[in-house]
Amino acid sequence: MNYTEILIIPLIPLAVFLVLGIFYSRIKPAVSGIIGALGLLISTLLSIKVAYQYFFVFSNDGVAYQTLVHKTVWMNFTETLRIDMGVLLDPISIMMLLVVSIVSLMVHLYSRGYMKGDPGYTKFFAFLSLFTFSMYGLVLATNLFQIYIFWELVGVSSYLLIGFYYTKPTAVAAAKKAFVVTRFADLGFLIGILIVGFYTGTYDFELLNNPEGSPILSWAASSFFGMSVLSWGLLLIFIGGAGKSAMFPLHIWLPDAMEGPTPVSALIHAATMVVAGVYLVARLFPMYYFVEEGIILQVVAFVGAFSALFAAIIAITQNDIKRVLAYSTMSQLAYMMLALGVSGYEGEAGLGYMASMFHLFTHAMFKALLFLCAGSVIHAVHSNYLKDMGGLRKYMPITHITFLIAALAIAGIPPLAGFWSKDEILVAVYEKNTLLYIVALLVAGLTAFYMFRIYFGIFWKRDPEYASTPHESPATMTIPLIILAAFSTLAGFVPFGEFISADRMVLEAHINLPLALAAVATGMAGIGLAWLFYRKETGLPEKMVDALGKLYTWTYHKFYIDEVYLFVTKKILFKRVAEPAAKFDRQVVDGTMVGIGNSTVRTSEKIKGMQSGKVQDYAMAFVAGILVIVIFFVYYLTE
Amino acid sequence: MIHDVSLYEILTVTSILFFIGIYGFITRKNLISILISIELLLNASVVNFVVINKYLYPDVLQGVVFSIFIIAVAAAETALAVGIIINLYRQISSVEVKDVETMKY
Repeated sequence: MNYTEILIIPLIPLAVFLVLGIFYSRIKPAVSGIIGALGLLISTLLSIKVAYQYFFVFSNDGVAYQTLVHKTVWMNFTETLRIDMGVLLDPISIMMLLVVSIVSLMVHLYSRGYMKGDPGYTKFFAFLSLFTFSMYGLVLATNLFQIYIFWELVGVSSYLLIGFYYTKPTAVAAAKKAFVVTRFADLGFLIGILIVGFYTGTYDFELLNNPEGSPILSWAASSFFGMSVLSWGLLLIFIGGAGKSAMFPLHIWLPDAMEGPTPVSALIHAATMVVAGVYLVARLFPMYYFVEEGIILQVVAFVGAFSALFAAIIAITQNDIKRVLAYSTMSQLAYMMLALGVSGYEGEAGLGYMASMFHLFTHAMFKALLFLCAGSVIHAVHSNYLKDMGGLRKYMPITHITFLIAALAIAGIPPLAGFWSKDEILVAVYEKNTLLYIVALLVAGLTAFYMFRIYFGIFWKRDPEYASTPHESPATMTIPLIILAAFSTLAGFVPFGEFISADRMVLEAHINLPLALAAVATGMAGIGLAWLFYRKETGLPEKMVDALGKLYTWTYHKFYIDEVYLFVTKKILFKRVAEPAAKFDRQVVDGTMVGIGNSTVRTSEKIKGMQSGKVQDYAMAFVAGILVIVIFFVYYLTE
Repeated sequence: MIHDVSLYEILTVTSILFFIGIYGFITRKNLISILISIELLLNASVVNFVVINKYLYPDVLQGVVFSIFIIAVAAAETALAVGIIINLYRQISSVEVKDVETMKY
């Protein structure tokens, strides 16, 4: 493997970020868009080349895929504990490399049309490049600390991009919220890293993930509150991942993050950054699986199942199309977590792991496509709300067809991408736990329902009163849509098990016909219900709202999770903890320091008369001093 | 070596000279008088240097050479002080110590 090429992949976006950032005002907007897209095109081509070399040239049949590492020591603590910087190549990091490259390239191309005329055009591309660089760094990280550094960097770029329209108060609030909530989760991540580092003596993924290595084998050596210390560390790391991947109850930032420009939502909050949490669990999967017989994986599975259902239910009632997509993202991410949670390690048992990564891959394609289509729609009607849309299939044929493909893909209709990956997940869950399988199947139905609710709402229904006739977006925006639609159609045919599996061996995935039929039937039922409800103005939805009453209100207000957070922070934390602490700081700590300063001033005010300005007074004092010293020497030292 | 005069007698004289200098420095009201007192102090120490050199280490000349140094430095210092006093007189038409006490807190 040529490591220079691999190092160039993340360094190109970094260089683009620096160039656009430094020469911000001197670069014409059109040029900055081309620089950004061109740089990423090179990175994408290199990623594809690396993937080709790794999977087809370098691989040797019948043997597990190797982990290739190229690193240098960055900080040395002890003989074994040190922090490295480098690149790590294994099947999942290369898969992520491809996902990040392709989606980011499409978003760059699309943004050239979508952001046209925006005063912050160059800034936007600079931030996008910064994000892409950080994401590359995250997926290629060789150890926990490196992943943490880039983890925070993607958090910062996400913050910058959510708050891109910084004159809008809601955008600023959303950016702040996203940063604070994920930062809070990252505190758990950091403590987890420190615990794991302390008890195993290494941060290196290769050493940590070796099933026969000492970090995994020695998990029982120490315990804390009935669980192995290492399990606690992994749980804390999972909290960090849950924060980034918007798992319940740390999901509250994701819907608000939709305040950012739509291409950003497609890139960061659908396809790449939010899957970092799933990627983290997958990266440490052998640890999660072997330490204490996978106790934390069960937590992962149940949190995933609950979040999937929770988000899918909320998604049905939202009227902002981007928020529906945001909850859908959360639900699908939870699906991936669920699949990881039920996965085993060896052979056929590792199906969940493979399914999770497969779904990550296909989801990135169709969800990015859904967001970009939504952006195209919003571009045309200048509103996020369903009530301002309708009948758009006549005006925007390309957006309509691509959105339909993506919606069918996410609903799990064969032969589109979502069907294959979702089917694998359902099979994996079915083999492990029937309750979770029912939840997952229900979520699949709900997914189809809410997706087709907004599909019919946007493209069918009656026309609202448009101020000006909506028209199809320019070619810069529709071409990425078509490319992503092609990916969404074809990605499912990739024989994923041959490339990615928990134990790195080739995994033959088969379609389990009854389960597949059940999944498709559920998806079709969801679509059918949506057709019945939203195809025409039937008044059925209103009747349902009346029938459900309180339940609807609760769901519409997202089960008041935001309000609970506000109550806990404002009423309890701020009032009971922060305010007394501030008072103590102002009165006791500051008071002491100011008091010392004041008493010094008062004392010097009193004794300053001693400095008279008369030379002879000083001479007197000098002579008197000498006399005292002389007397001292004569009487005390010459005894 | 002066015949029939011991080191202690000469040191007594220079001590008296020194304390007269200190007394003058502290009590005089005129800046010029203070300058003269400082000269007394310096001369007392110069005589000490020479005499101690002569009585204790007659075969070396370091004390004598040093006294010449002190005389040179004293001349420079006096020139500086007189310059300051003349400038002061041009400003406030006085060379009294009590008029020069503005340099305080």
